[in-house]
Amino acid sequence: MRHIISILLENEAGALSRVAGLFSARGYNIESLTVAPTEDETLSRMTIVTSGSDEVIEQINKQLNKLVDVVKVVDLSEGEHIERELMLVKVRAVGKDREEMKRMADIFRGRIIDVTDVDYTIELTGPGSKLNAFLKAIDPTAILETVRTGASGIGRGDRVLKV
Amino acid sequence: MQLTGAEVVVRCLQEEGVEHLFGYPGGAVLFLYDELYKQDKVKHVLVRHEQAALHAADAYARSTNKVGVALVTSGPGVTNAITGIATAFMDSIPMVVLTGQVPTHAIGEDAFQECDTVGITRPCVKHNFLVKDIKDLAVTIKKAFYIAATGRPGPVVVDIPKDITAQKVEFDYPSSIAMRSYNPVVKGHTGQIKKAVKLLLDAERPMIYTGGGVILGDAAPELTQLVKLLGYPCTNTLMGLGGFPATDPHFLGMLGMHGNYEANMAMQNCDVLLAVGARFDDRVIGNPKHFCEQPRQIIHIDIDPASIAKRVKVDVPVVGNVREVLRELIRQIEAARSSTKGEALKAWWAQIEEWRSRDCLKYDRTSDVIKPQFVIETLYRITKGDAFVTSDVGQHQMWAAQFYKFNKPRRWINSGGLGTMGVGLPYAMGVQMAHPKATVACVTGEASIQMCIQELSTCKQYRLPIKVLTLNNRYMGMVRQWQEFFHGNRYAESYMNALPDFVKLAEAYGHIGIRVEKPSDVEPAIKEAFSRKKDLVFLDFITDQKENVFPMVPGGKGLSEMILV
Repeated sequence: MRHIISILLENEAGALSRVAGLFSARGYNIESLTVAPTEDETLSRMTIVTSGSDEVIEQINKQLNKLVDVVKVVDLSEGEHIERELMLVKVRAVGKDREEMKRMADIFRGRIIDVTDVDYTIELTGPGSKLNAFLKAIDPTAILETVRTGASGIGRGDRVLKV
Repeated sequence: MQLTGAEVVVRCLQEEGVEHLFGYPGGAVLFLYDELYKQDKVKHVLVRHEQAALHAADAYARSTNKVGVALVTSGPGVTNAITGIATAFMDSIPMVVLTGQVPTHAIGEDAFQECDTVGITRPCVKHNFLVKDIKDLAVTIKKAFYIAATGRPGPVVVDIPKDITAQKVEFDYPSSIAMRSYNPVVKGHTGQIKKAVKLLLDAERPMIYTGGGVILGDAAPELTQLVKLLGYPCTNTLMGLGGFPATDPHFLGMLGMHGNYEANMAMQNCDVLLAVGARFDDRVIGNPKHFCEQPRQIIHIDIDPASIAKRVKVDVPVVGNVREVLRELIRQIEAARSSTKGEALKAWWAQIEEWRSRDCLKYDRTSDVIKPQFVIETLYRITKGDAFVTSDVGQHQMWAAQFYKFNKPRRWINSGGLGTMGVGLPYAMGVQMAHPKATVACVTGEASIQMCIQELSTCKQYRLPIKVLTLNNRYMGMVRQWQEFFHGNRYAESYMNALPDFVKLAEAYGHIGIRVEKPSDVEPAIKEAFSRKKDLVFLDFITDQKENVFPMVPGGKGLSEMILV
């Protein structure tokens, strides 16, 4: 099953490689991994999307907690949560496709953030499934380039991950 | 007062009460060696290869309850040390490893003797640090000792660039340390312990299975008290030997791949299993599917939550320091109104005695070639079961574990997890350094001993009166055994050709060598060796070439599917 795990860890050199190394050494999946410092710059917040049986996910949680740089671990999938991912897509936009592409971006609440006479760069935010849906909806031959951040997640309501 | 980085390191070691430091000098650690030279509180032990420094520090820790400390230079010093670090990591041994690094400005430039120490060691340490600012040096070393020794112990590497050791700083060693990201659990959950007590008292076919955690957690007295209080059978893993007195009738011997028949059968057939400081690994329970086919309730006490429910499902997990948890367990059992199931227990013990009567460790005592088991039995008799015994890895290791009855913890020193050939002699050095007056025996094979043979020179320098017992069967015995059982007797590369004359070799290093070829000479030779209190004696026993270790659970098989002699 797919799980989204949030981690607070010391913002120190090598902390990321400890987490990434743990996943590769023990053969756990990483679907995506995203990390950046928090408002407290001594801490980083990482979101990992992974999958595995209940036993594997339990081990992942325990092994993450064992890392000395890791302060807190929460499996967001255990409760209500919100996931967002940012995607930038560069698409060909010429002739009659130009108007169509603008319309599709609007439908998906994307924003065109760079324009030339032959292409658009569209910014799109949402759960991964929405980004996938956009890519499916447009003409695949029009896609010049995509870049995605991987999912970030946060608990709903008063579910807070803090030191 | 302003001190140089090198002075800071030495002062930190003094503050931590470090008496022995095992190491090997080199360019990146010259300032450190210069400071070590100027003082005499921390004694440096010079090995002949960095791997041995790590093993010796590791055994120093295993045989005491102190943190072992090693010092190596950058680059090849570190890569040579990796085997030693990984060995300690697999067996959860508290160690601090100080490594030299090229100057900070040269890091990343492929400088001479540079390697990414933090990167290379990361998968085989509990934690590691690169000190990039001299202001962090003392607190980093404090953290290293704290992390190494607390929680589930393990090796911690502190990588120190050369320029840091030359810079100056105001020295201030913190007396204690707190880390928001590292807070190991100590006390077990009382409610969980209560559940455990109920299960234990209701058991009809109970079994107590304990591992290295009991040794590392100094919980042997508590375990002994618990077993005797309940009157239940107890088995130890390879790493747990000495956790419960081997001569006590409640002891069923070691369990696992080469465990006793009665221990493995009781393990498989029990209805309540108490696991203490053990991790259900593949050499202990065999195939986990086969193990779990038999219904039983499992209570698992361990300081590391990740060790619980990793390979088998557990009914009552208790996370905590094993000694604290066992004390609470004993307290609650003593306070409980109900007692153990007398009748059922009697039947269970009768079953166990029947298994025990199978005499699974029997061997041919009339042979006219030396049987390796006989050497260990004689060693046990002559040292009155009171020696520190180190071993290498292979058949001799299993025979030592089976035939030397350890009644005390921290007496049996071997590489269980990583299974590192070559540890035996440096382990004996570390033990002898920690216990200068103790009897130290290194049980090894002619293949393993050659992996760190150069340390005979270190033993000479420090006058370490170790007794080396080589069970020389001219084969890598365990490899040969597997080839005999599972590879159609094709002994691919397992024959030890062109062996040195070990007697002459020992003599060349300034020691005494004795070759023993007849069973009747075994006892006199061992007596002679151990009567020489000041000398290292190298005993080369020419043993039966084709002797196998029994019982044996073949790889992938269930614990009760043993090959018996």
